[in-house]
Amino acid sequence: MRVSKRASGAIAAGAAFALIASGCSSSSDEGGDATKTTDGSIIVDGHEPENPLVPANTTETGGGKVIDWIFTGLVEYPNNGGAPQNALAESIETTDSKVYKIKIKQNTKFHDGTVVKAKNFVDAWNWGAYSPNGAQNASFFADIAGFADVNTSDPDGDGPKKAPEPTAKEMSGLKVVDDWTFEVTLAAPTAVFPTKLGYSTFMPLPDAFFAGKAEDFGKNPIGNGPVKFVSWEPNVAIKLTRFDDYSLRDKMKIKDVTVKMYQDDTAAYSDLVSGNLDFMQQVPVSSLAGDNWKNDLGDRAIPSTTPVTGIIAFPIYDARFKNADLRKAISLSINRQEISDKIFFGNRKPADSWANPLTPGAKPGNCTSCKYDPEQAKALYAKSGGFKGQLKLYYNADASHKEWMEAVAQQIKTTLGIDAVATGVPTFAVFRQNINAHKMDGMYRAGWQQDYPDVENWVNPLYVTGGSSNDGLYSNPEVDALAKQAGAAPSLEASHDLFAQAVAKIDNDVPSIPVYFGGQQSGHSEKIKKMELSNVGELDITSVEL
Amino acid sequence: MGRYLLRRLLQLVPVFIGTTLMIYSLVWAVPGDPFAGKCGDRACPENYVAAMTEKYHLDEPFFVQYAIYMKNLFMGDFGSTWSGRSVNDIIATSYPNTLKLAAVALLIEAVIGLTAGVLTGLRRNGFLDNLVLISTLFLIALPVFVVGFVLQWLFGVQWEIVKPTVSSEMRFTELILPGFVLGSASMAYVARVARTSIAENRRADYVRTAIAKGLPMRRVVGIHLLRNSLIPVVTLLGTDLGALMGGAIITEGIFGVNGIGRQVLRAIVTKESATVVSIVVVLVLVYLLMNLLVDLLYAALDPRIRYE
Repeated sequence: MRVSKRASGAIAAGAAFALIASGCSSSSDEGGDATKTTDGSIIVDGHEPENPLVPANTTETGGGKVIDWIFTGLVEYPNNGGAPQNALAESIETTDSKVYKIKIKQNTKFHDGTVVKAKNFVDAWNWGAYSPNGAQNASFFADIAGFADVNTSDPDGDGPKKAPEPTAKEMSGLKVVDDWTFEVTLAAPTAVFPTKLGYSTFMPLPDAFFAGKAEDFGKNPIGNGPVKFVSWEPNVAIKLTRFDDYSLRDKMKIKDVTVKMYQDDTAAYSDLVSGNLDFMQQVPVSSLAGDNWKNDLGDRAIPSTTPVTGIIAFPIYDARFKNADLRKAISLSINRQEISDKIFFGNRKPADSWANPLTPGAKPGNCTSCKYDPEQAKALYAKSGGFKGQLKLYYNADASHKEWMEAVAQQIKTTLGIDAVATGVPTFAVFRQNINAHKMDGMYRAGWQQDYPDVENWVNPLYVTGGSSNDGLYSNPEVDALAKQAGAAPSLEASHDLFAQAVAKIDNDVPSIPVYFGGQQSGHSEKIKKMELSNVGELDITSVEL
Repeated sequence: MGRYLLRRLLQLVPVFIGTTLMIYSLVWAVPGDPFAGKCGDRACPENYVAAMTEKYHLDEPFFVQYAIYMKNLFMGDFGSTWSGRSVNDIIATSYPNTLKLAAVALLIEAVIGLTAGVLTGLRRNGFLDNLVLISTLFLIALPVFVVGFVLQWLFGVQWEIVKPTVSSEMRFTELILPGFVLGSASMAYVARVARTSIAENRRADYVRTAIAKGLPMRRVVGIHLLRNSLIPVVTLLGTDLGALMGGAIITEGIFGVNGIGRQVLRAIVTKESATVVSIVVVLVLVYLLMNLLVDLLYAALDPRIRYE
C-alpha cells in the first residue's frame, strides 16, 4: 500500500485514490482538439517523492504516481477497476498456478533506447528481493521460490544481532529462457500472482540501473512507460515528456507534464480555481463543506470512489479485547450513515463489507456487524461481560481524523455506556511506532488501500496470522487454512469463492471495524477537455486531451 | 572599531557550537522512530530500517552522532536527507527563495511603515493619523494566515490580477503580494514606533532650534528629526529580517514558495536532524550578523555612540 502524502505525511483518509465505479470519469464526451493536444502541456499537483524513484523502493503516492507514469509493467489495471490485462506481457501461462511462463512483447524500448528483455525483469526482481539492498517493497517477491535465500532477517526480530548475509544473490525461482521469455516458479501455488504483476514493484529496470548506484538512478530514472523523465527540481517540480518511441496501447497524447509540488493543498486549490493548475487529485477538506468545490469548479469537479477503507482496529493481544461479542457490540453501536452524512458530507460512504466493493472478488454487504443496531449491541455487550475502564480510540492528529474518531467514540459511549474517548497521537510516526511494536492499549484508526485489485489483498495482509499489516495479531486457524487454500486455487474464480468463505469466518470474529469507504474529490482546469482516473484515482495521464 | 568587530565575530563561535548542540539534541529528543511511519499502515521491512540506520549512524550514541555531524559540517558537508538528497543542495535552493521573500517584505515594511510613521508623527490626530492607527491595529490583530488567504483569494482568484502562487523563478512582481502579507504585522509596528519616536522628538530642543534658524522644513525633518528618530526603527527592522525568514513558514505555504520554512517543517516531522540543524544554524548566523550590522549602524546614525 502506498502512503498518501497529503495532510502532513499521514494516510489522509480518502486522499488515496481510485475510480468512479461505473468506469471512466471523463467530463466531456467529444474529446479535445488534436493539434492542441499533440503540442500541449499540463501542470498537475504532486508531492515531493520521499525516496529516489526506484520502483521497488517507493511506497508513497508522491513518488508512486511518477513511477506509474514512467514505467509499464507486464499487466495493467483497467481504469474501470476490472480484471488486469496484459500490457508488456504477450502471454502469462500456467497449468498449476505454480510455474508461470511469461512471454513479453518484442522490441519495446526503455527511454535510453535499449530494448526491454526478459532479463530486465529477472534482474530487477532479484535486486528488489536481495535484502542488503534494503528495498521497502522486498516482501512482494516472497511468493517466488528461493526468496528466503536472498532475503534474510534479524533472527530475534529487533536487534542487536544483524541479519546474516544472504546465501544467494538470485532467487532460484527465476529463469531467463530467451530474450523474450522467462519462467517464474513460486514457492507455493498462488492464483493471484499474475494480478500482482501490475504493481510498481514488478517493473523492469534497464541495464543502466545495474551499472551504477540505485540512488543515482532514482534521481534520473529511466523507465519504459508512455512518459519520459526529464528533470526533477526537489520540492519544486518534476518535468516529464512524451516518450515518442512508445509502442504499446497507452501512448500519451499531450506533450509535456509538470508535476508541481505544493506544501499546502489550499495553495494548489487556488491555482486550480484560477486556471494555473490543470489537475488536482484531491481538493482540500476546507472546500468540501457546503459543497463549495462543486460551486467553484462546476462540471470540472470529479467525485469518485476509491478502493480505500477506513478501519478501526482492535489490539487483540490486549486481554480486554479478546471477547468477540464485545468487539461485535462495539461495531454494531456505530451509526456509519450518520458519520458519512454529517462529517464527510456524503463524500465517503458507510462501509458494509470487509473488502472494498470496488475490488474484483469482493462481495458487497458481507459485514454483518457493520449495521447500526443499538438493541443487538446492548444485548451482546451484556453477554460479553462488559468492558472495564476507559476505552481509548487512538488516531494520528497530523491528519484530519479527529472529527470522525470523536463521533465514533461518542456513539459507542451513548449506545453501550462505555467511557470511550478519542485520543490523538501527535504524529503518524509515533502512532505507527506503537502499533508496530504491538503496544496499543486501545482501539486505533487504520486505513487500507489495495496494492493490486484482488480480494486476496484485503484478506492476507490484514487478517491472516503473520500478515504484513495484521497489527492487532488476530489469528484464526480456520481463516488461515481457507486463505491458504484460496491462494492455491487453480483459478481466480475458485480462489474468490474460498476467500468469501474465509471472510465469513472473519465476519464472526470482528477483528476490526470497517467504518467508511474512500471517496475522492478531484478537479481539472478548463484546458483539459477529456481525461480519466486510474483504478486508484490517479490521473491517467495517457487519456488527457486538450 | 576593528577590535570591537573582531570580538563580536569571535563571539559567534561559541554561540554557533552551542546552538548546533542544542538544536541537535532537541531534534534527537523528538519522539517517534523516523522509519515507523514511512511505509504506511504496515511496518517497514527490517532490512530497509537496518540499511538506513547504518547509513545514518542512528544506532550510535547521541554525542557520537553529533560529533560525526560536526566533523562533516567543518568539511562543508551538511549531511543528507532520508531520501538521499544533499542538504547542501536544499540550502542552496531554498535559502535564496526565503531571503528574497524576506527582503521584499522588509522593503515593503520599511517604505510603507516609515512613510506612514513620519506623516502621522508630524500631524497627529488628523484624519491620516486615525486611519493609520486603525489600519495598523487591524493588521496587528489579524493572524498572518487570514491576511494571506484573504489577499490571495481577492487578488489571485477573484480579480485575477496576480497568479495565486509564486512560480519557481521568483520574479519580483510575484513577490509583492506575499511580501506584503509576510511584512504586514511588522509594518504596523514600524509605523507605530516611527510615529511615536517622531512625535516625541518633534518637541525636542534641537528641532525648535533648527526651525528657529529658519531651515527649510524638508531639512529639519529629513536630516535633524528623522536621523535621531530612526534608532528604534532600525533596531526593529534589523532584527526583523531574521524573524521574517524564520517566520515565513505560513506565508511560504500559502503562496507555494519553496523556502526554508517548508523544509524545516518537513524535516521536523520526519525527524531528519541533519536538515533541521543545518537550516536553523544558517538562520542563527543570519540573526547574529544582522544584529552586528544594526549595532554598527547606530554609530552612523548617532556619532556619539562609540565602540570599545
